[in-house]
Amino acid sequence: MTRPYTMSFSLEERYQAGDSPLHRLDPRVKVVVALLLIVGVVATPERAWPAYPLLWTLLGSLAALAGLGPFRVAKLATVALPFALAAAALPFTLPGNTIGVILGLPVSDAGLARFLAVMLKSWLAVQAALLLAMTTPFPDLLWALTSLRVPAALVAIVSFMYRYLDTLRDEAERLIRARTARSAAIPARKSGGRIAWRARVAGGMVGNLFLRSYERSERVYAAMLARGYDGRMRLLTPPPLTRRAVLLGALPVIGLIVIEGLALLLWR
Amino acid sequence: MFLPPILAMHIPDGFLSLPIAVIGWVGLIVLVALALRQGRESGQGTLGERQIPLMGILAAFIFAAQMINFPVAGGTSGHLLGATLAAILLGPWPAALVMTSVVGVQALLFQDGGLLALGFNTINMGILAAFVGYATYGGVRRLLGESRGGQLASAAVAAWVSVMAAALATTLELALSGTTPLGIALPAMLGVHALVGLGEALITVGALAFIQQARPDLAGQPAQAATQGTTWIAVGLLIALVVVLFSPLANPNPDGLERVSLDLAAQGNFDDLDTADDPADSESLAAGQAPAYELLPDYTVPGIDNEAVSTILAGAIGTLIVAGVGYGAARLSQRRKESGRMA
Repeated sequence: MTRPYTMSFSLEERYQAGDSPLHRLDPRVKVVVALLLIVGVVATPERAWPAYPLLWTLLGSLAALAGLGPFRVAKLATVALPFALAAAALPFTLPGNTIGVILGLPVSDAGLARFLAVMLKSWLAVQAALLLAMTTPFPDLLWALTSLRVPAALVAIVSFMYRYLDTLRDEAERLIRARTARSAAIPARKSGGRIAWRARVAGGMVGNLFLRSYERSERVYAAMLARGYDGRMRLLTPPPLTRRAVLLGALPVIGLIVIEGLALLLWR
Repeated sequence: MFLPPILAMHIPDGFLSLPIAVIGWVGLIVLVALALRQGRESGQGTLGERQIPLMGILAAFIFAAQMINFPVAGGTSGHLLGATLAAILLGPWPAALVMTSVVGVQALLFQDGGLLALGFNTINMGILAAFVGYATYGGVRRLLGESRGGQLASAAVAAWVSVMAAALATTLELALSGTTPLGIALPAMLGVHALVGLGEALITVGALAFIQQARPDLAGQPAQAATQGTTWIAVGLLIALVVVLFSPLANPNPDGLERVSLDLAAQGNFDDLDTADDPADSESLAAGQAPAYELLPDYTVPGIDNEAVSTILAGAIGTLIVAGVGYGAARLSQRRKESGRMA
């Protein structure tokens, strides 16, 4: 049975435990490399078609190195595909040479090219983001972000959020289960009140969840205060950045530079 | 399987051009820095003490609350985005931080929205939505008075307006990136989100009504408590948006919608006129399609020619910079006054 209550494709965490070189790599390096890969993918000249399979080879070999299975990552990366709708009008509206007609509308080559490029780039970029998320435990990601100058207060907020995500999700699921339990329905018959009424019920649940969360935060704060919390988060000193980690991280970046260089010089 | 309406706003990577994405990141960094400073100044001492656990847990609350949906019709369902609710309950700056965390975690943990696109995603769904929602809430409430009903009605209007503002911003960014034609996307996005906003309004009101009854002390600060600086930030962001939106219309060229219909009707004729066989022409076209090496890709969004795009962009950047400088100057002078008073 699919989980009908999840708003997103999956609320399961992406992290896959493992002991590959990618898993062991310093998270700071991984964050930077992932961002560079995404920037590189997005900056690829639109019509450098040979660059796309090469970029996928690069990402796929990283996925293989991490023991994730390149094809599984490639398949997971289709999560963003529904967004293609946003670019779907391009082939019909961008001026260019007409190369065909769909549903009575002329399709331009420039428009089709841009549409394909956007889709490919999006798919490749999601794979880079997936590689980061699948090989890095979230707490590691958080301290890496702190080292990379993301404001400590923001990271602290996010780490609290992460810590209570499952707790509050369970609260929400309990509320939803309770609503389901008290909502009798006969198949193929209209059930429940009008939309405004349903929305009020859902709104009441949200309000309820807010109060539970708010009061929980007060208890958490009191408990932390009792343990000597003074507004600062004390973290272990991050391990030093080794030269080996930087060199390892440089490898995919060099691959990226080669591909982008070829794309700029030969395929644009 | 239904398509969650919220998905239409989480822009994945690849859909924003590099310059636009970078502008979004710069905007996000500036706004988060302001929000953190605001928290430090309003609280005693450092931001943290009390606010960090509260904001973290409420960010998790927004995330969890987005799961609570209600069936609308035809297999679709409505659910919360939450920026307005957070802004009404916490004030706009804390809400901005809470929403930043929510959108950031969605991108980092679940690839819901891209990492490069995170700047604008956070601004659209978090910061802009929170400020527009808060300012609308304050404005409408001043009109309707302090009654309970007035508070709820203002919240409804605010929730709807904030969703529309977020959708508008998303569409503009996509159009400026050359990913979507403004003339088609704008009515489509605003049309869909007029309905999404209705769901948002209904849930926000429901939640607020519940909180009013159960914990009236938490159900939003009185309108007067709004710090003066916040309204103009929302107004400024909105004005920037509207200016960006309407500047192509002030162009002597036909406006977006007109141009699209022209293009669609006469695409074939255009092609003939374009001397498609001319190799130089197609070459320049191909070179023009490469967005990587110029600040702005050389594309033509229907209704906006190149100059207009750069003008718009320059205008938007200029607005942001002026707003930032103005704000910084105001802050500085204020602090100087305060320290002067102390001395």
